[in-house]
This record gives sequence, structure tokens and C-alpha cells, in this order.
Amino acid sequence: MRIEKSVIFIFIWTLLLMVAIPWTIGKVSSNIFFEWPFFFEVAIGGLLAGVMYSLVALGFVLIFKASGVFNFAQGAMVLFSALTLVGLNELGLPMWLAIIATLAVMLLLAVAIERVVLRSLVNQEHIILFMATIGITYFLDGFGQTLWGSEVKILDLGIPNNPGLYFDGKILINDFDLVAALIAGLLVIGLALFFQYTRIGRALRAVADDHQAALSVGIPLKHIWVIVWAVAGIVALVAGIMWGSKLGVQFSLALIALKALPVLILGGFTSVPGAIIGGLIIGAGEKLAEVFVAPLIGGGIEDWFAYMLALAFLVFRPQGLFGEKIIERV
Amino acid sequence: MYERKLGDVVLQVDGISLSFGAMRVLNNISFNVRQGEIRSIIGPNGAGKSSMLNVINGVYHPQQGAITYRGKTRDLMKVHEAAQQGIARTFQNIALFKGMSTLDNIMTGRNLKIKSNMLQQAIYWGKAQREEIEHRRKVEEIIDFLEIQAIRKIPVGKLPYGMQKRVELGRALAAEPDLLLLDEPMAGMNVEEKEDMCRFVLDINDEFGTTIVLIEHDMGVVMDLSDRVVVLDYGLQLADGPPDEVRRNQAVIDAYLGVSN
Amino acid sequence: MLYREAGEFKSTYQADQAILTIRQDRWFMWALLAVAFVLIPLVSSEYWLGTIMLPFLILALAALGLNVLTGYAGQLSLGTGGFMATGAFAAYKLATAFPELNILIVILMSGAITAGVGLLFGLPSLRIKGFYLAVATLASQFFLIWMFNKFGWFTNYSASGVISAPPMAVFGDNFVTGPYATAEAKYLFTLTLVVLFALMTKNLVRSNIGREWMAVRDMDIAAEIIGIKMLPTKLKAFAYSSFLCGIAGALWAFVYTGSVEPLAFDVNRSFQILFMIIIGGLGSIMGAFLGSAFIVLLPIFLSNAPHWVGLNIPVDLISHIEFMVFGALIIFFLIVEPHGLARLWQLLKEKLRLWPFPY
Repeated sequence: MRIEKSVIFIFIWTLLLMVAIPWTIGKVSSNIFFEWPFFFEVAIGGLLAGVMYSLVALGFVLIFKASGVFNFAQGAMVLFSALTLVGLNELGLPMWLAIIATLAVMLLLAVAIERVVLRSLVNQEHIILFMATIGITYFLDGFGQTLWGSEVKILDLGIPNNPGLYFDGKILINDFDLVAALIAGLLVIGLALFFQYTRIGRALRAVADDHQAALSVGIPLKHIWVIVWAVAGIVALVAGIMWGSKLGVQFSLALIALKALPVLILGGFTSVPGAIIGGLIIGAGEKLAEVFVAPLIGGGIEDWFAYMLALAFLVFRPQGLFGEKIIERV
Repeated sequence: MYERKLGDVVLQVDGISLSFGAMRVLNNISFNVRQGEIRSIIGPNGAGKSSMLNVINGVYHPQQGAITYRGKTRDLMKVHEAAQQGIARTFQNIALFKGMSTLDNIMTGRNLKIKSNMLQQAIYWGKAQREEIEHRRKVEEIIDFLEIQAIRKIPVGKLPYGMQKRVELGRALAAEPDLLLLDEPMAGMNVEEKEDMCRFVLDINDEFGTTIVLIEHDMGVVMDLSDRVVVLDYGLQLADGPPDEVRRNQAVIDAYLGVSN
Repeated sequence: MLYREAGEFKSTYQADQAILTIRQDRWFMWALLAVAFVLIPLVSSEYWLGTIMLPFLILALAALGLNVLTGYAGQLSLGTGGFMATGAFAAYKLATAFPELNILIVILMSGAITAGVGLLFGLPSLRIKGFYLAVATLASQFFLIWMFNKFGWFTNYSASGVISAPPMAVFGDNFVTGPYATAEAKYLFTLTLVVLFALMTKNLVRSNIGREWMAVRDMDIAAEIIGIKMLPTKLKAFAYSSFLCGIAGALWAFVYTGSVEPLAFDVNRSFQILFMIIIGGLGSIMGAFLGSAFIVLLPIFLSNAPHWVGLNIPVDLISHIEFMVFGALIIFFLIVEPHGLARLWQLLKEKLRLWPFPY
């Protein structure tokens, strides 16, 4: 992959600002506490959270790349998979079996979505497909909660969840975040390898480049769509397990998708590395802003800060950091 | 064909080079267009013909060279400015507004001539309504000229290809341009449709005195219609001159027939 | 054979450019207006006027606004709720800071303020398109709601963050907000405004600016080549759309609910309005009304239907089922008729035009 100079330029500036702004505020304002170990603690916490954002964003990117569909239902899939997992577990299935069963459900869901929705809307405009995925979102949110109820459920996989001290006891990091980031990181690497080195992966990339051309060399589009939606379903399940163990399985999991959207516009809709780097930037930027900037303007900025950050990037690169530049042809 | 008198130079293209990244699309192209002439650009696929039109009306910005239009060498120009200067065009792959009717498409071509503001249009009384009617009259003249009365209110997305090409020409004419750029107006048409289109091109040139720059693959059409022809091949300029001269040019024959050397 | 255009000849362009060119359509429209202005206030109960007709009209106005932006100008927006909130809070600040202002002026001014905010958030549309823009509009949604929640100034430092409309009259003691307002007065006031704005919107979309919007929607580069400037055209769509949404928000807060908190305009409101224009029909004035009617009536139907057949389903389950039905309906509509109810209405009319012959 060729990285453009401007991307590196923007990236370096971002890092500089991320350090410079908290530092300056710490110097100027007496209300804000700034010390290097504390700064790194916040930044690392943010990066770890960012990996989790990347995970959700990855689901979007997979589907967008392979079918040009902006799948708004990714968040609903996270909620649905987590609800199904916990629900099956409560019915008495052991956890490993419940995970396998949920994987099967997600595969089934992918098939159903392809059969019912995508196949009927093939060749429609992108905006129509996007709205269809909003329909899927509402359906899945309602369906999951109709089946499994809407009270908060606890998901415990036995991942340690206590703060640990690192770097000579100077920096406090939650072990759970570390494990989650590790798992997410492995999944991301696995997917990257899958795309790069398997036959299906190559077919997926071919489809992403040009539907017609892919069809004409005999790549069955329908199978490809089922596969990407299934893979996105698996990614959703992993994200659901991670976020679910952290926050409890409840409706708010569906809203995590809203966190992943700025990651997408920052990284570019079509880029896997974009989703990862975007997630890290958003994660770290958000946490740093929350700790060092938010107290000055009333706090509670996590609802919108990520969006504004992403928008600021768009001013410099309208296609996102790693998105493909479109040359208008007439 | 009777001898035509060509007017002054309206458009001067000087040493234009254009590239996208490492790809060289146009390489040191120079030619001029005279008032009232029909000027053709020909060449094999990928020769850079459409790109040349895109440079002329400001969609692409060349890395080198200058464009002088009506005695004024232009700076970096915005896309919408070409229309203000009286340059209109049609597209190789039809670029109509698919959700709108024939009438609305052609009416949109008159957007620069409409002076009423948004509030007047919201009230749709007085000036805005008068303008709508006045421009409708103009548009109906174009509809009559192009013989598309029957499809006036049909959404253009539902029209057959040949008709869409005609509507697109209508939209360009609605701006009453001085310079009309036609990008393969006859591509994919059958003989009757081509004949109609040729007639329209000649009539536009003759009746309205519009200067026309034409890209076309059909050599018969090009040789019959054009006053002068530019030949491009892989971004290079092979020849420039009257049809007869170009037809006999060895480099052009080689480019079209292929040459083994 | 009653409904047809044969035999109606138009001799002027003016007649051919009228909003409704078929005589029967005009009759139908006048009849509809008569029913809306005279019959409904006479026969409807307080409940119907206050809890069904009012939200229907107000949401239709917001849907009209979104339809201008998304359906006509092709700029997908998920920030409608934020703009409605802006209208509501602008109206509240105006009404409390200048109590002598007439409610009409308050509402129009809050629309104008929202148009300004819409302009601001429309600026990125020059650089970014499509889904990038849709996500960017979410930024305005979240930011605006946060702002109204966070800064006490907007609620005049009310502890609960709730704003309440002061009693206001159009003229004399014809109150349309507050405890003295009758349901009839509220309804007629809202209806008048909504009808006027619908007419205004129709005029815009059949004029030059409307054609420019649709040109930008259908093929932006070709639009630019024929001389349409992108930024002003898009910004006009953002401004006018937010103007209508702002007015809808002000009416919602003042006339319909009387008191409101920012959460009433959260992202779900944005989606609700978006659903209205999908189901009703993108790029159709009529569609905004049909979609609004559908979305307002559906939950009422869903929560009552089980009782009619003797089922007793708990409330939260009903709300989940409602979600499911909504989602399924959206998908159904997109598959069966991407142009929504308005298109179905058109098809019906075409059939009727030929009736009793099949072709």
C-alpha cells in the first residue's frame, strides 16, 4: 500500500496536537492537572478503547468494501449477537456451545439478509440500500429484545477486570482493556491475512473494485455477499462479547455503532488500516479531550467530540485518511 | 459543399499537457477554434479527446499550457464559470438529470438566465411566474427544433438512448451558448438517428451561428460536417487541418489502421 | 371515466405550469382543504385534534423540510432532530426575552435562526458527499442536543432542563399555547402554517431553485458544468430545510407538548422523520404528509390492536414489536416501492385515468 505524503503530514500534526493541547492547557489552567505519567495513562486508556472502536468500524468497512453498502445495522448486529449469546447461555447452554450456536445464528442472519433484502435491492441506489440497513437496524433491535428481553444482562467470560500498575507502578491500566485490545488486534490481523492470502479474500477484493468485472470473471456475487455479512456478523459477535462483558448486555450496545461512524469517516469507508488507525486516533483523542479539555467547557463531550474530530479531518481530506480519491469522469 | 468563410479565433489552445499521477493524458496540444466553424477532434479510444473538452470547460486543470477564450487567457477556472462564459456541452456517457422530465432538464439549462430570487420563487407570483413562462416559451422553441414534443413530460430516465442524447443537446442549447462542445453526440445511434443528429448540428451552426467543437468516431460524419479536424492519439497531436488534408496524412492513417514497424 | 384529462386543453403556459393540471385534482384538493379546515375541527374530539392531528401536522412539516434537503437536493441528513431542537429553544429564548412579540413572529424568527444554524452545518457539504456527509450531519445532531442540555442559558437555568411555553395568542385572546388554548385553536393555527409552508415548498421545487436542487441530486458534476454553483445551491437547501425543521420544532415545543426537553429531539427523532420521507416518498410534497400520517398512526394502531383481538401484551414488549414492525415495513417499502406511498398514489391515479379500460 502506498501512503500519500499528505496523510503522513496530517498524522504527525495530529500526534503533535494531541500532546501539545493538553500540555498547554495544563500549563495555563489551574483546574487541569497535567503530568506526563498521567498523560500517558489517559492516552493508553484511550488507545485501548480505540481498538474496540476499530473492531466495530471494521464490520462496516468489510461490508462497504465488498458491496458498497453502508451497513447502519452493524451496531444492531453487535447487540443482537450479544443478546443471543447471553440468552442461549441462560437457557442452559455452556458458554462455548452458546458461542458456536450464536455464530450459526449470525451466519443464518447473513443468509436471510442477502435473500430478503440485498437480492431484492440489487442495482438500487446506495442511499436506498443504506436506508434498508436502517430498517434492518430497527428490526434487529426489536427482534433481539422481543426474544430475549430488555433488562441488563451480565456477560462474564472470566476475563480479569481489575486495574493493574505498569511501568514501575506509574501508570494504571485496566487488565480487561488490555485483553480486549489484544483479542481485537488479533482479529484485525486475522482478517487482514484472510483478505490478502485466501481465495475468498481475493474474490472479495475483486468485488469491491468492480462488481460487473467480478461477475464477468465468474465470481458469484451472492455468495460473496453472504460471506461478508457473515464475517461482519462474527466481528459483531466479538465486539458484542467485549463490550458486553465491559458494560453489560443491554440496548446501549447498539449505540456503539454511533461511536464507530466517526472512525469510518476519519479512516475512510473502504480501508481496513483506516479503520484501525482511525479507531486509535478517535479513542485517544476522545479520552484526552475528556480529561484535559472537557472540564473547561462543561464536560460530557463524548457524545459529539469524535464527530467533530472526524469532521476536522474531512476538511483536509474529504475521502478520509485512507479512502480512495475519486476522480470525476464525464 | 460551398466554401465557408471562417471568422476570428475564439478559442486558442496552447501547449496543453495534462496528467493524472503518472498517467500522461494530453501532451503539448495546440490548436484553435474560429468563430462559426465546426471543429472536430478525432482519434482512437483513449486518445484524450474527452479530456481535451474537460480542459476547455474547466473540469480538469492542465499542468502546462494556456487556454485563451475570446482574447482572454484564463486562470485556474471553476467548473461553473465555463457556462457563464457561454460554453455549453454534452457528454459521452449521457449526464442528464434522471429524475426530472425532459422539460425540466432543458429548463435547468436556462438556470443562468433566471434572475428572480428564492423568496420570489417561493411566492411564485409576479416576477418568478413571468420568468417561468418566458423561459418556458424559449424551451418550447428548442423542443420544437429538436422534434421532441411528445416526450416533454416524461422523466428522462425512461427515454430510449437516442432520445436522451437529443434532450441533452436541448439542455446545452437552452443556455444559448456561443461555443458548444459535443462529446460523441452520435455514438450508439442507428442511421436514421445519426442523420437527424447531423441535421441538428448543422442547423445549430447555421441558424444560431454557434461555434461547435465535436468529438466523433464516425469518419463519414466527421469528414462531411467539419471545417477543420484535430487528430489525437495517446495524448499526442498527430495532425490538424481541413478534412481532406487530414485524411491523406500518413501519421493519421497509421494510427487508425495500425502500423508494423 | 370521471377522472381524466382528455378534453381539457391548456392554451397558456401558465395553465400548463399550474400545480394541479387536472380539474378533478383541483376539486379534490379544495375538498381536502375544506375537510381539514372545517369538518375536522367540527367533528373531532379533543383527543384526536390534540394527540393525533397536531403531531401529524408538525412532523409532516419537519418531513417536508428533510424532503427538501434529502429528497430534492440529494443531501442525506441525520440531523433533523438537532434542527428541530434549535427551533424549539430559539422560540423559547425569544418568547421569554421579548414577551411582547407575537407568536407568529417568534415562530418565524426561530425558523430563521435555525436556518442560520443549518447553513453553518451545511458548509462541509461542499467538500464531502454521500455517506460522509450523512455521518457529518450526525455531528450537528449530537452537538446541538449536548449544547442545549449543557448550558443553562438556553433553558433560562431551569433545574430540570425542561422548557415550558408561556401562554401566547395570535391576536386578542386567541391563545394557541399555554393552558387557555383550545385544541381547535392549536389545530387551526398549526394547520394554517403547515398548509402555507407546503404551498411555498411546492412553489420552490417547481421553480428554478427546485430544478437546481434536483440537478445537484441527480448528477452534481453535470449541474456544475451547466453553470449551477454548488455551494450556494446546497446551502440554500440546508437553510430552507432547517428553516422548516426549526419551525416544526418550535411548534412541537410550544403548541403541541407545551413543554419539552432536548431529549425529545434526539437522534431517534431524526430517524423517525427520515422514515417518514422514505415511506411517504422521497422528493414529494404529498409524500411528507402521507409518511407522517403513517408513522403517527402506526404506533397507535399497534398499541391498540392487541386489545381489539383480546390479547394483553405488556407495554415494553409492544414497543419492541413496534421496532420490529417499523424495520420490516421500511424494508418492505424500499423493496416494493422505493418511491413510497406518494408513488402508489400516483399509480392509482394513472389507473383511475384509464378506468374502466385496462390500458
